[in-house]
Amino acid sequence: MDYDIIIGLEIHVQLQTESKMFSWCGTEFGLPPNTQTDPVSLGLPGTLPVMNRKAFELALKTAVALHAEIAPFTKWDRKNYYYPDLPKNYQISQYDLPFSHGGWIAIPRRKDGGGGGRCGLTRVHLEEDTGKLMHAAGGLSEVDLNRAGIPLLEIVTDPDIRSPADARGCLEELRLTLRYLGVSDCEMQEGSLRCDANVNLHIHRDGDTIATPIVEIKNLNSFRAVEKALIYEIERQYKKWRDDGLTIKDAAKTTRGWSDAEEVTKPQREKETASDYRYFPEPDLVPVVADLAWLARIRESIGELPAARRDRFESEYGLSPYDANVLVEQGQDVADYYDDVARATGQYKLASNWIQQDVLRTIKEKKMSVAEFPVAPAALADLINRVERGELNTNQGREILGRMIETGDPAEIIIEMGGYRMVSDRDQIAAAVDAAVAANPQAIDELKRGKKKPEAVKGFLRGQVMKQTGGKANPALVGELLEAKLAESLQ
Amino acid sequence: MSLTIDDVAKVALLARLRVSPDELQMFTGQLNSIMDYVAQLQQLETTDVEPLSHGIEVRNVFRDDVRGDPLPREAALLNAPKRNQESFLVPAVLE
Repeated sequence: MDYDIIIGLEIHVQLQTESKMFSWCGTEFGLPPNTQTDPVSLGLPGTLPVMNRKAFELALKTAVALHAEIAPFTKWDRKNYYYPDLPKNYQISQYDLPFSHGGWIAIPRRKDGGGGGRCGLTRVHLEEDTGKLMHAAGGLSEVDLNRAGIPLLEIVTDPDIRSPADARGCLEELRLTLRYLGVSDCEMQEGSLRCDANVNLHIHRDGDTIATPIVEIKNLNSFRAVEKALIYEIERQYKKWRDDGLTIKDAAKTTRGWSDAEEVTKPQREKETASDYRYFPEPDLVPVVADLAWLARIRESIGELPAARRDRFESEYGLSPYDANVLVEQGQDVADYYDDVARATGQYKLASNWIQQDVLRTIKEKKMSVAEFPVAPAALADLINRVERGELNTNQGREILGRMIETGDPAEIIIEMGGYRMVSDRDQIAAAVDAAVAANPQAIDELKRGKKKPEAVKGFLRGQVMKQTGGKANPALVGELLEAKLAESLQ
Repeated sequence: MSLTIDDVAKVALLARLRVSPDELQMFTGQLNSIMDYVAQLQQLETTDVEPLSHGIEVRNVFRDDVRGDPLPREAALLNAPKRNQESFLVPAVLE
């Protein structure tokens, strides 16, 4: 099987505004049907749309962050179609003069070393979302117009993606970027981020490249579905090509829907003459000219984006690319928390470990946000410093953090109350070391005969010493005294 | 430039309008006379004229992102030809 996979994504993102794109009613998700409308969203005769400035600015912000070029002049067009999801019988969209051109999304590097590079953008434009249709009894559909008129960004990528994993990676990177920007909450389950995928294969045979017909996959309701549907579709297309030999020249693009339950794609009915939208300029909205001062303000409003933050975590704190990514991809509040702890302790790597292991685990288990996490960055930094100075060993630190999470008290109080002072008494620890060695002659024997790796034997003996001291012994002192004792025993 | 009966039939279909053969004849004639009238503009020399994207020379009209009261659902559904307690009802559209 020698082929290249060619994938492009068509993404729709709802922008986070208080009111709709052209009128005043709200944009909340999940309200009872048709309780979030106004005369403009209903397309009532005599109403006129007025552009929401915030919606346009969020769109600008997104395009700038995606490295796109902002058009100095942009206008709106009517996309005409007769379908009850928009009662006006047209969607206000952008056709020949969208507000931005070009741009790209970084394709994250995968754990297996694949991925990387950039996925170019074919277009980014602003339009209004449509209402929702639900099947009802008696050959009827229910129309809910709560969603009609919510500002929607359409992002179409170039066919630059070469694997289902990269398609998912690209989409996740986009979501992370949009969340950092604060322009959308990007909940696929709630439909504020939606994605269709176009895919075909370039099969290499006898020095020729044969392209299979393009398929657009719809109904992708999760990141996992994007990846799984593409894996399925690639295999299906390859088999189909082997059966019927049809290429892109023989067959038009078709649409298939992903079924999450059956894990297959199925053909969907095409909208008849769907491509004939008879676009024309929207006479009810005037064009927009984005001047340099406005764009400069937009640029200033963009904080540090995920890609830059990963780079900084590597260069400023010396974190590995893996650690930097784990902290950044959890979202802005986790990365901010790490920044605060790292700066307060100066122990960059330790701060990263504690947050990845203890903080993230706790917030996941308790289903809380970092903002709700009861231990402030300064309090965690104080605990990490105590461990680093040798006042506590790591296990004690963990226990204390657990108590800090439960009680909200600082480490100082829990240490005083709980008898957590670390034992740093040389004689006491030396006695424990002597006892551990005396009680385990086989360990010394194994060390002498080289039967086990020295590190394994030492680790075992360290554990024995810790057990005897109730886990309170200063680990540095235990290590030092154990080394001395073993050197003596091996002579 | 002349519209054919097929052109008009196609536009009628896209607009979901049911038009009788007689009406098709009539509308084709009427639409063609409108097209011919507008086509007089073709006689003008427009090489140095910038394309117009809007009829009025106003730019950047915005409203602030302020939320107001929605229509009560009963009012929203009031004029629907067909409805139930909470939604508009339309003939089922197959996906």
